Amino acid sequence: MARLGHEATSYAPPLEMPEMELVHPKTFIGKYVFSQDAKVIAIQYFITATSIGLVALVLSILIRLQLGFPGTFSFLDPSSYLQHVTMHGMIMVVYLLTALLLGAFGNYLIPLMCGARDMVFPWLNMLSYWTYLTAVLILVASFFVPGGPTGAGWTLYPPQAITPGTPGYDWGIILMLVSLAVFIAGFTMGGLNYVVTILQARTRGMTLMRLPLTIWGIFMATVLALLAFPALLVAALMMLMDMLAGTSFFMPTMIALGEQTGYEDGSPLLFQHLFWFFGHPEVYIVALPAFGIVSDILATHARRNIFGYRMMVWALIAIGGLSFVVWAHHMYVSGMNPYFGFLFATTTLIIAVPTALKVYNWVLTLWKGNIQLTVPMLFAIGFIFTFVNGGLSGLFLGNVTVDVPLADTYFVVGHFHMVMAVAPIMVIFGAIYHWYPKVTGRMMNDTLGKWHFWITFIGTYGIYYPMHYIGLAGVPRRYYAYGETGFIPDSVISLNAAITIAAIVVALAQLLFFYNMFHSYFRGREAGPNPWNATTLEWQTEHTPPHHGNFGRELPVVYRWAYDYGVPGARHDFIPQNVSPDDVETLPEGQEVPAR
Amino acid sequence: MTVTLIFLALLLGTFLTWIVRQSLNVRPWASADGPSVNESDSLPPAATPARVGLAVFLAAVTSLFALSISAYTMRMELSGDWIPLAPPPLLWLNTLLLVVGSVGLQRAWDGARRNRLAQVRSGLKLGGAATVAFIVGQLFVWMQLQAAGHHLVTNPATAFFYLITALHAVHLLGGLIAWVRAMVLASRGESMRDIHVSAELCALYWHFLLLLWFILFGMLLVT
Repeated sequence: MARLGHEATSYAPPLEMPEMELVHPKTFIGKYVFSQDAKVIAIQYFITATSIGLVALVLSILIRLQLGFPGTFSFLDPSSYLQHVTMHGMIMVVYLLTALLLGAFGNYLIPLMCGARDMVFPWLNMLSYWTYLTAVLILVASFFVPGGPTGAGWTLYPPQAITPGTPGYDWGIILMLVSLAVFIAGFTMGGLNYVVTILQARTRGMTLMRLPLTIWGIFMATVLALLAFPALLVAALMMLMDMLAGTSFFMPTMIALGEQTGYEDGSPLLFQHLFWFFGHPEVYIVALPAFGIVSDILATHARRNIFGYRMMVWALIAIGGLSFVVWAHHMYVSGMNPYFGFLFATTTLIIAVPTALKVYNWVLTLWKGNIQLTVPMLFAIGFIFTFVNGGLSGLFLGNVTVDVPLADTYFVVGHFHMVMAVAPIMVIFGAIYHWYPKVTGRMMNDTLGKWHFWITFIGTYGIYYPMHYIGLAGVPRRYYAYGETGFIPDSVISLNAAITIAAIVVALAQLLFFYNMFHSYFRGREAGPNPWNATTLEWQTEHTPPHHGNFGRELPVVYRWAYDYGVPGARHDFIPQNVSPDDVETLPEGQEVPAR
Repeated sequence: MTVTLIFLALLLGTFLTWIVRQSLNVRPWASADGPSVNESDSLPPAATPARVGLAVFLAAVTSLFALSISAYTMRMELSGDWIPLAPPPLLWLNTLLLVVGSVGLQRAWDGARRNRLAQVRSGLKLGGAATVAFIVGQLFVWMQLQAAGHHLVTNPATAFFYLITALHAVHLLGGLIAWVRAMVLASRGESMRDIHVSAELCALYWHFLLLLWFILFGMLLVT
């Protein structure tokens, strides 16, 4: 016992936790449709976000068909190309990544990992999902209205976004702005729940510094989202007023289609400030939960405690704080005061410090770990590669002088897809393979999972790595076709065709994933309660999948952090958070922990 | 963006101090040594989930209004077409109504604390009536402005006036939903514990919106 370093007399006896009154509906609709159980809401979020994400995936293939084989497909004209680009970007960033990481993973994991029965405000939680679904449906409606969805680019910059001649001028842009406003209202309801549940509903002994990093990541991301989304809301409302009521918040005096518009002296730059005041924190709203989840996957599958836990927590907080003072690095080419640019370049480079700390800590967690190359682990390691890659190209773009020539080229497309598309998606896949056994009670197929990983990992490099070279060659982004452009060499054209083929292969590989997910639900190997021998509370539930209320009659009591892997002297290579020091099985003196 | 950044700096500064205090002297890797099971890092008992939930929501609302104020000042500086709008005198009366609304809800809250149902009911009624009167008063202000030729499109200053007053009124309308709930609980004579929570949240929310109105009205008067 002494070798474990615990004082047996020092733990407090388990106190009674205030019990929640849970709604236990009897009907199918109450249980699975208008459910107030965070786990069901999580699955609803997952299904909705994945469905709309698949639409965005198809759009990306359409974009790539045009870029790889320009002029070949008659159904792709300049307008539809711009619409596809816009909808692809907005859906992926807001309606897929944000909703999946916070809505789906947040709802499933927060109560379970904190040791709570459910979210603190279950009814509001349910309302949050239905509001999100409404936002998605409004967005989808824009595909079917006259003029189609907006083609203003995912940043929706005015004056272009609401100027006649831009695709989706009639209805698309209005539906997009309304949908965003509804999304933000829905998110605020969910976000309140996540923050209050983490602060208030942790079980006894689950101190802040014993929370798994997944929860820390989701917590900080939610705080950022609650403070940053209002910027998008204000911008959307003001643009709606410009569009519908004819105010001139953003719209300058201008001539459109040969006629003077009614707008006077508005400031498009003001929109950019508001948009990016949301837009940059949004990067971290997506990244921080991914940072947290990947930390837990790495520790669990390397059978090693996370390196520098406190540093990881502070880094999350530092990144969150700094993310509010870097927004103008998206606006270097908007014509700002050079000193202003210098300031934002400096803050941008400073944010690299806590981010790099995290990367070092992930790598050091793997160092001398008992690495199990499971599918979740492969995806987690894949994340480290893609994130470092995307982060390094970010250092180029963070500097004003380098950014100015590169800002409108494919270098930027390569950069942000690497860092904010592929990296979080790697984590999302890792997380699904990791937690699927808890959600369904069955394991996903390992071989299919590995095929899925390798094709996706190598394939995405095949897509985005060449884009950096194309960008350095000066090829501009956002263009439908380049025509007879002298400075674009033939090699770029061949590369573009190759990228498109890689994109199609990666998209098809996702069928493996979906097949695996559906097939395993019925035919997968029984998982048991804790197939990864993990320490966190969700693996210690009485039932798998957990019932409504999560835990048995009594809530678990937490005695330790979430990273007691390979503790010297312990019989097993992991000690769950709810095992008291008295109950830890120890080895006789001199005997080593058996390798798994 | 200065206004927003100051707000965020204050908020994140407070948060950071709290978190660092929780984490500096803690050894997360050590299992169950006394203080960590003592809930030392829990919020104080007064911080109930409902209150914390309201505080978090108010932080998001403050962010929304800080950004609106930032947009207001930036739009004023970025272009040369800004013609200041003199706020109609009726706004002073409306402000008084909102103060009455806040006082009414405070009375309801006090009544709930002292277990006086009649005071809760009268306080809620006064608060609700004054709030509805405030919103109607704001509509009158809009009509006065329209009659004086200050339309939405006349000038960015006018457009911002409509936007900001509308945003504020929408938040009050949202509050009225919670107020209806409190009214229902009080009129049915439900348990005083539930009425207390409901009345308290309403009162705090109204005080916040009153403070916010002082800031917004002050800004409209000064600029």
